Amino acid sequence: MGEKLLMKGNEVIAEAALRAGCRYYFGYPITPQTEIAHYMAKMMPKVNGTFIQAESEVAAINMVYGAASAGARVMTSSSSPGISLKQEGISYASCAELPAVIVNIVRCGPGLGGILPSQGDYFQAVKGGGHGDYKLVVLAPYSVQELYELTVEAFNIADRYRVLAMIMGDGTLGQMMEAVEFRDKEETPDFKKDWALTGTGMNREHNVVTSIYIKPEELEAHNIKLQKKYEQIALNETRVEVYNCDDADIIVAAYGSVARIVKNVIKMAQKEGIKVGLIRPITLWPFPSKAFEKYAQVPKAFLTVELSAGQMVEDVRLAVNGKNNVHFYGRMGGMLPTQKEILDRIKQILK
Amino acid sequence: MAVVFKRPHALKDVSLPYCPGCSHGIIHRLVAEVIDELGVEGEAIGVSSVGCTYNNYLFFNCDMAQAAHGRAPAVATGIKRVHPDHVVFTYQGDGDLAAIGTAEIVHAAARGEKITTIFVNNAIYGMTSGQMAPTTLLGQVTQTTPYGRKPELHGYPIKVCEMLSTLEGAAFVERVSVHDIKNIMNAKKAIKKAFQTQLDKKGFSIVEVLSTCPTNWGLEPVEAIQWLQENMLPAYPLGNFKDKDMEV
Ligand SMILES: Cc1ncc(C[n+]2csc(CCOP(=O)(O)OP(=O)(O)O)c2C)c(N)n1
Ligand code: SF4
Repeated sequence: MGEKLLMKGNEVIAEAALRAGCRYYFGYPITPQTEIAHYMAKMMPKVNGTFIQAESEVAAINMVYGAASAGARVMTSSSSPGISLKQEGISYASCAELPAVIVNIVRCGPGLGGILPSQGDYFQAVKGGGHGDYKLVVLAPYSVQELYELTVEAFNIADRYRVLAMIMGDGTLGQMMEAVEFRDKEETPDFKKDWALTGTGMNREHNVVTSIYIKPEELEAHNIKLQKKYEQIALNETRVEVYNCDDADIIVAAYGSVARIVKNVIKMAQKEGIKVGLIRPITLWPFPSKAFEKYAQVPKAFLTVELSAGQMVEDVRLAVNGKNNVHFYGRMGGMLPTQKEILDRIKQILK
Repeated sequence: MAVVFKRPHALKDVSLPYCPGCSHGIIHRLVAEVIDELGVEGEAIGVSSVGCTYNNYLFFNCDMAQAAHGRAPAVATGIKRVHPDHVVFTYQGDGDLAAIGTAEIVHAAARGEKITTIFVNNAIYGMTSGQMAPTTLLGQVTQTTPYGRKPELHGYPIKVCEMLSTLEGAAFVERVSVHDIKNIMNAKKAIKKAFQTQLDKKGFSIVEVLSTCPTNWGLEPVEAIQWLQENMLPAYPLGNFKDKDMEV
């Protein structure tokens, strides 16, 4: 490892993208992720890159579509209402198999909602907010260090599989100042993009980037190809942290900033002699179902804690598959669960 | 009876799927001839849009992207910023450009994005079978203006060239037509000039081409050409609206 710096989460995302070789950023301002755009606006000219403040999130994601078609590493970032607007482009780019990174620093909804932290976009991200059968690789960092590492990883996953990768965080992470240690140099495998639009140079057949297949046989074949690719991704790219689970009485499932709170709850519980484990999905899609299957027989129960009305809990229930009780505790509207609230809920379940 | 031309290299040797009497085929040919004459096929990247020409990425010999409805100028922006020395063009209809894609075209022009847009104005939505377009003329009957377009109900036609020429970033703006040989020659000149504007890095360039849609106008090809001359030419005057050197 190299340089260690104290940095704000949102800026680390931007810095990580630059270190990963991203030279194109297109975005539209929205709280609480504007620092990403500010950082890009400042840094891109220094590295001969392009920053465009687009006229809308719709335009921004389509600029991403263009730059990715042209073979570049490209990123856009936004927050929930803006991510909703990007869904059209996300569906098209997924079908056209374009690699790119999308950052969603989630805020509360529905509607214009509020600007405080939320995890209410889980369904949109992992179940497909746009039309058709496609998947995003969704990475959910829980520290500033992970914001860096997973952002770099997102670019590599995107290029390796020709998919969109999404970094999902919230305002807590985006605004958090924390130490981050950067590697001296990023190892970027050489992804040969012979499909990209670079001009034929009159010495090859023309390349086409498209998301339309009018013939049903062709569209079905293309869908099958996409699904096979998603299976490969699920096989190779599932990431999870299993913490303190081996002799736990109860296992909490939480991701992102909420998992930080849960880790403190685990310490508090220990003092009272209560054994609590944590399964923290790092990839929300592919979902780490195996980790839940493995611990499905935990003595008492599962508790999923989210900043939502209960979204990831559905995937936890699917993974546990009726072998145990899966409880839920959530806060919404930007309200955060306190450690005490979570511990009380645990005690109530264990009673 | 048909005059056999030599096919421009930039156009693939396939038969185009457009209706008899439709202008799209002529316009494709003109774009391809210009690409040939400027010798830029190897550096050209086109963006197809959504409309009757949604799959014209199959017909041009250069690299091509297909964009969502109205978004071609944003897609072209992304491509051009990655390949600033390539020639990037969009091919869009009036529904695509002047309704759902209004924001994208206005801002691509405002940014002075060094791309070229071929804007095909046939005063109707062709592909979805003849609904009102932003460019539909007052009084014109379409599937969604069955009693004619009335200003108090449907507003007024959008004059895209007049509007875009007010933007500093737009360097070349011209409206042409392809209803006869003389106008076809003029159209080709304008398209060539638009591409040259891009090559000279002067800014955004657009050529609006008045076109026929006999199928959805409910006319025979020859009648359609007459209808265009009698109705579209007065509403959409031909000519150059902007030809400026940005480097002042
Ligand atoms: C988001 C979205 N909305 C609607 C459509 C349906 N649609 C396809 S083509 C078209 C109109 C195209 O008209 P125009 O741009 O005038 O092109 P033309 O077919 O006349 O060449 C519409 C509305 C679509 N494909 N995508
Ligand atoms: S429907 Fe109209 S625009 Fe479309 S191909 Fe036929 S004539 Fe041309």
